[in-house]
Parts: sequence; structure tokens; C-alpha cells
Amino acid sequence: MSSRAGAEAPSSAKRRRIVSRMMTAACAAAVVLALVPLAFVLFYILSKGLTALNWNFFTKLPKPVGETGGGMANAIVGTIKLIFIASAIAVPVGMLAGIHVAEYKGTPLASSVRFAADVLNGIPSIVVGIFAYGLVVLPMRRFSAIAGGVALAIMMIPIITRSTEELINLVPQSLREGGLALGASRARVTFTIILPAALPGILTGILVALARIAGETAPLLFTALNNQFWSPRLDQPTASLTVQIYTYALSPYDDWHRQAWAGALVLVALVFVFSVLARVVTRRLERMNVG
Amino acid sequence: MRRRSLLRRTRRRRERDDGGFRLGTALFALLVLLVVAAIGFELFRNSTLPIRKFGWNFWRTSDWDPVSGEFGALPFIWGTVYSSVFAIVFATPIALGIAIFVSEISANRFRRPLAFLTELLAAIPSIVYGVWGIFVLVPIVRKFETLVSKTPLHRLPIFAGPPYGIGMLSAGLILTIMVVPFISSVSREVLRAVPLTQREAAYALGATRWEAIKVALRCGRTGIFGAIILGFGRAFGETMAVTMVIGNNPQASLSLFAPQYSMAAVIANEFSEATGDLYLQALTEIGLVLFVITLVINVLSRVLIWSTGRAPKRRIEPASAAAAAPEAA
Repeated sequence: MSSRAGAEAPSSAKRRRIVSRMMTAACAAAVVLALVPLAFVLFYILSKGLTALNWNFFTKLPKPVGETGGGMANAIVGTIKLIFIASAIAVPVGMLAGIHVAEYKGTPLASSVRFAADVLNGIPSIVVGIFAYGLVVLPMRRFSAIAGGVALAIMMIPIITRSTEELINLVPQSLREGGLALGASRARVTFTIILPAALPGILTGILVALARIAGETAPLLFTALNNQFWSPRLDQPTASLTVQIYTYALSPYDDWHRQAWAGALVLVALVFVFSVLARVVTRRLERMNVG
Repeated sequence: MRRRSLLRRTRRRRERDDGGFRLGTALFALLVLLVVAAIGFELFRNSTLPIRKFGWNFWRTSDWDPVSGEFGALPFIWGTVYSSVFAIVFATPIALGIAIFVSEISANRFRRPLAFLTELLAAIPSIVYGVWGIFVLVPIVRKFETLVSKTPLHRLPIFAGPPYGIGMLSAGLILTIMVVPFISSVSREVLRAVPLTQREAAYALGATRWEAIKVALRCGRTGIFGAIILGFGRAFGETMAVTMVIGNNPQASLSLFAPQYSMAAVIANEFSEATGDLYLQALTEIGLVLFVITLVINVLSRVLIWSTGRAPKRRIEPASAAAAAPEAA
């Protein structure tokens, strides 16, 4: 690493070594520079969120303007509901599309779908919201949990498709050949041999997708809208944690600000649970493959 | 005789199964393709009114007055481009530093935790950044702006105006924080795709560590460029955090202190309350342009990233496979 090249003048070698050290230090500084805001954000969410968090937050409905107290119980349930609707649509569609891309790679359809999934992943969520508005809200003539779920599903699909495809590609080819040699059909080999082998990994993809949509606000603003009460029906406007945080944070009331922090803490906790679960599954997978 | 017919029957069933399997999964794959096409089509179909009425003037004028039916989107474009460029300028060196540190400099056992920590930044939802932004970042920015407005720097157009705190500077800073993890994680992947032999060759010629890194950077430069463009696309479409701190004032200004507006923010704020078809469609047209621009950005950056992912392997096939193995761990 030290450069005492004979052809170089010693002063130049020294200068180059110093430049190298400085650039290394600059790169380390960049890491610190990125970790500072992370620590800053996490610190505030924890400290402000924990002081504002109480049992009422999880069990009570929002109080009308002017009254203090109340909680976001309906928003928490609403978020869970939206996640379920989105998963019910996106998991089968994403997985089957991923299976096709992995099993028939090289065909024009497979390569364009892979590309489309990547592109879909990059489309701003607010644009997906407009699309869901035109697709579901306008025909139904009202904002609804279904519309919100559809918007979130569109954001989940590309993540699930791509991870399913990648995980199926990781399954050893010999397994597939073994199945085919026994005379099984492609469908049978895929569904009874390949898919079970890839399933833990596909689960990771689903968890990553869930972590992403759980924190989405923009596509819900004009699909699920918001609701200060319970909304048992799926074709009614539904509260969600994120939209509720948004309204509360922009309100002029201190009590609502505190609840917005509490909501942020709960939301980050939810997202981290999904991310950590995904990581644990990945870790276990890797260990299995090594062993 | 019976056995042969059984064989034939199973084979026929297998073929039918295979065909059905292929067709069935193809339908779902087609659905993914269809969604992208449908988004573009729907947005276009639902913005014909303003396209017919205003044409290109929609993008060249800055009167946004829903009551009198005047729609000019220039301030929103300006705000989006300004904040995104701000974010990219500041995020790129930081993100590249992280990518280099994690993939080239740090000890092996720190790689994973470091990568995890920077990706944590990407996992935090936009709305949470927004909450943090208005309650923590904006007051800090306001203090900074007050300080600056007492110095001669205040005469520069980019530091002009009263210190609100809410405005372009806050939006740009929050976008910077949000974009860094995207650029750094993609750049890290690109650097990992550069074969180890490239660095070894540099070291063998007596290069210092930084010089070897420069060789690796040069090898992956198209991919890194792609990563930066991808980050730009993210900044372009980012909605909630920007909406909460940019000030939501439809006025294009060079000043970082001025409250401004962005394309995504105006959709988020006004879409559910838009009355009248023209108003709603004007917002949809902004969405259409957002869609088209991010589409182009995404396609471009994917092509760039893919081209580096494959190019080095083609050129240096035999050695790279063996050399890359220890790094993969």
C-alpha cells in the first residue's frame, strides 16, 4: 500500500500518500455526516414520541378539535386494514408474475415485465394515488379503504415480483431437473419443489414491501382519505396512521403535535419490525445455504 | 398396449399443464406491464382539458388561480427542479463517500452494520421526516437564516428574503438526507461489480489506496452516474416531507429562504379539494409530467447501472470469478 516506487521522487510519493490518507478520512467523514441526521431523527422520534405515547393512543378515537386527549385507535386499525387489502391483491399477483419472469426468462414478455417492475418501483407514490383515484374512487363515487388498498398494492407488486424472481433463480437447478426427470409438469415442479424452497426468501420480499407501504402517505390522501371514526366497511373513507400524523402535525394544536410524534414513533416501530423480520429471514436463509 | 396409452395420456396431461401454467402466470406478468401502461394512459386521458385549453402555456406561466380558472405550473416545476438539484449536489459527495468507505475501506466486519445503518435512513417513512422537519429542522434553519440575514451575504439573491425557516432550504436539506441512502446503496452495488483485479493491478503498479479506488470508480462510472440519476428521480417525486417544509407558496424564486412549492406537493395539497374538472385535470396533468419525467429518469438510470453490472465481466472473464469470491463474503 505504501508507495515507495523507485521511479517516483520521494516527495511525490509522500504527497500521494497524504492525498490518499485525506481522501480516506473524507470518506469516513461522509459516513459520520450521514449517521448524524439518522441519530438526530431517531433521537427525536424516541424522546418526543415516548413522552406522548400512552394507553389512550392505542384504544381511543380522536377527540374533536379543542378537546385534549383521545388517540389514534381507528387509524392503527385502518392502517392494518389497508395493509391487508394491499397484500391480498399484491402477493398473488406479484408472486405469479415473478414466477413467470423467473421460469421463462429470456422471452420478450419476461424481460419487459422485469423492466416494467423496476420502473413501477420508481414511479412517485403520489402519481400512483392519482391513478387509483381514477381507477377506483371515480367509478365508486367515494373515497374508500379499497381505493387506498389498491394504491398500496400497486406499490407492493414490483417489489414482490422482483424478489420472487431473484429467489427462484437462487434455487439450485438440480432440484428442478430432478423433478422434471421424474416426469412432473413444469407447474408441478414449480409449485411443489421450487416454490417451497424459495418461500422464506419470497417472504423477505413481502416483508420489505410491507415495510415500504406501511409508511406511505401520499397515495392515501385522496384514495382512503381520512376518517375520525371507526369505519367498519371497506367502501368507506378510512383513517390511516400516516394521514392522521400528517393532519395532526400541520394542525395548530400542541396536543395534536404530541400525538403526531407518538404516531411517528409507532409508525417507525412498525416499519422496523417488518425490516428486522426481513433481515432475520435473510440471515437464516444464508446460513442454510452455507450449511 | 395399455401402457403406451397411459404414457401418452400422462404426457398429454403434462403438456396441457405446462401450457396452462405458462399462460396463467403470463397473464399476471402481463398485468404488471399493463399497470405501468394504464397509469400513463389514465393520467393522459384525465388531463385533456388543460392540455387543450392551455397547451404549452400551462408550463410557461405562473398564475395559479383556481377560482378564476388560471392554471400555470411554472412555479411548481421550478420548485421541484430547484429542490432536487440542491439535494443531488449535496447528497452525491456524501453518498459516494459512504459507498467508497463501506465497499473499499472499512474492515469486513463493519461492512454489514454500516450498510444497515445507512439503509435505515431509507427505511424511515417520508411522513416521519416531515414531522421531524417541521418541528426540529425548520427551527434550526430559521436560526441559521436569521444569522445569515445579519451578514452581507443577505444581499445575494439566494439568501434574500425574511428568515421563515420554512422554505426551499429546509426542503433541500430534508431531500438530501432522504436521497443519500439511495445513491450510496446503488453505488455500493456498482463498486462491488467492479472486479477486484482492477484494484490489484493498480496496487501492483504502486498506486496508493486512493489511486486504486479512483481506478475502481472509473470502471464503474456509468453505473455511479446511473445511481445519481436514480437519486434525482427519487428527489423529484418525493412528496410528504417536501410538502410539509417547503412552504407551499406558488412563487418561483432563486432565494433559498423563500417559501416555494413543488409538483408533488401541490397534488398532495389540492387534489382532494379540487373543485371542477379543469382544476382536477390541471393537477392530473402535473401528475402526468411527474410520471413521464420519473419514467425517463428510471429507464435511463437502469440502463446505465445494468451496463456497468455486465461490462467488466465480459472483458475480464477468467480471473474475476475467482478474485470476486472473497469479496462476496
